[in-house]
Amino acid sequence: MIKTRVAIALLVMALFTAVTYAADSAGEARVIKITAKKFEYSPNEITIKAGVPVIFEFTSLDRVHGFTVPDLGGIRATIEPGKATRVTIMAPKAGIYEFHCDLFCGDGHEGMTGKIIVEN
Amino acid sequence: MNIDRRDFMKLIGLGSVVLVSGSDFWSRETEAGQDDFLFVQLSDPHWGFSDPKVNPDYAGTLKKAVAAVNAMSTQPDFIVFTGDITHTTDDPKERRKRMAEARDIISDLKVKNIRFMAGEHDAGLDNGEAFQEFFGKTHYVFDYKGVHFIVIDNVSDPTSSITDPQLLWLGDELKKLDKDSRIVVLTHRPLFDLYPNWDWWTRDGAKAIDLLMPYKNVIVFYGHIHQEHHHQTGHIMHHAAKGLMFPQPAPGSVPKRVAIPWDPAAPYKGLGYRGIQAQAGTPEYGITEFPVQKG
Repeated sequence: MIKTRVAIALLVMALFTAVTYAADSAGEARVIKITAKKFEYSPNEITIKAGVPVIFEFTSLDRVHGFTVPDLGGIRATIEPGKATRVTIMAPKAGIYEFHCDLFCGDGHEGMTGKIIVEN
Repeated sequence: MNIDRRDFMKLIGLGSVVLVSGSDFWSRETEAGQDDFLFVQLSDPHWGFSDPKVNPDYAGTLKKAVAAVNAMSTQPDFIVFTGDITHTTDDPKERRKRMAEARDIISDLKVKNIRFMAGEHDAGLDNGEAFQEFFGKTHYVFDYKGVHFIVIDNVSDPTSSITDPQLLWLGDELKKLDKDSRIVVLTHRPLFDLYPNWDWWTRDGAKAIDLLMPYKNVIVFYGHIHQEHHHQTGHIMHHAAKGLMFPQPAPGSVPKRVAIPWDPAAPYKGLGYRGIQAQAGTPEYGITEFPVQKG
């Protein structure tokens, strides 16, 4: 039982590390992988640095979804199943920027949201 | 509930709100004669929604609204439904079942001149296919006693857009009108950026407003946000109506956009419909909000 818990904890830590610190080598923009499915993004809270471009790489697990950050110039993307969709994000200043699915996807669409936490 | 034209006390003109007494309003109306008319806006009944914590009378609220309109002592000339007649479902068969049921309930209205607009819950998952089977076209025009009504579809395209072909159509329709024509726009989503973080906007709504702006007498009635809201872009007023299933919070007032739960101490609070009276010879409209159930 303890071994199982340790294994799960290690797996969670590894996933967390992959999500939050997946910086590419040689100075390329950090890539953050995000999955979209009815009616959630995973992860749905993402921390980045102000003024530093990062790449969000989306994959849909079911149907077409959208992604938009109205307070970051309305940047948006259409996320199609079976295809990685990349969006470069750069927030000029610290703060919390909400994002949501902007392609109506069913009963629960309104709750398909997330936050980008931008730190100095 | 008895409602007569004396209830229409709030006159909203072009960019201004004028309050007059019921008797003043009545005398103006009787002087104006036959060309005044009254229509009712019902919005967002979300037939098929079934969360009792949000609305334990989910199966009865639309019926109560129909009964309330039927009880108006002066029946409206026509009725408009500004979208989300049904609550969305992934199942096309269930979607059509909900539309058939909603249409049956609506058919109990005494007034048979009814105009329908689609909401994203009706039309967003199939580009309006089922909606058109049950309720007709999603964008169209009609005239009533010299007032030009333009129905704009900003939901069948799932990106919350009117889209260029419909904007071209809108431009062509407007070209047929004089600049001082009386124009009423009916649509589901706000055409302006009310609160894009909650998807309370139309992506290309500014293009529609630009097309409407040269016309002096334009007013917009819409739904989607399940609450009364009034906004002005230039000289154009935009009026959102209450819903008929659950109210929603004021734009940006809470972190998440969620339905406001049922309040047992105030059942049906925040739900209602609207009467709109067009005044002959003036671009003013009398707007009155009515609760589903007086409490």
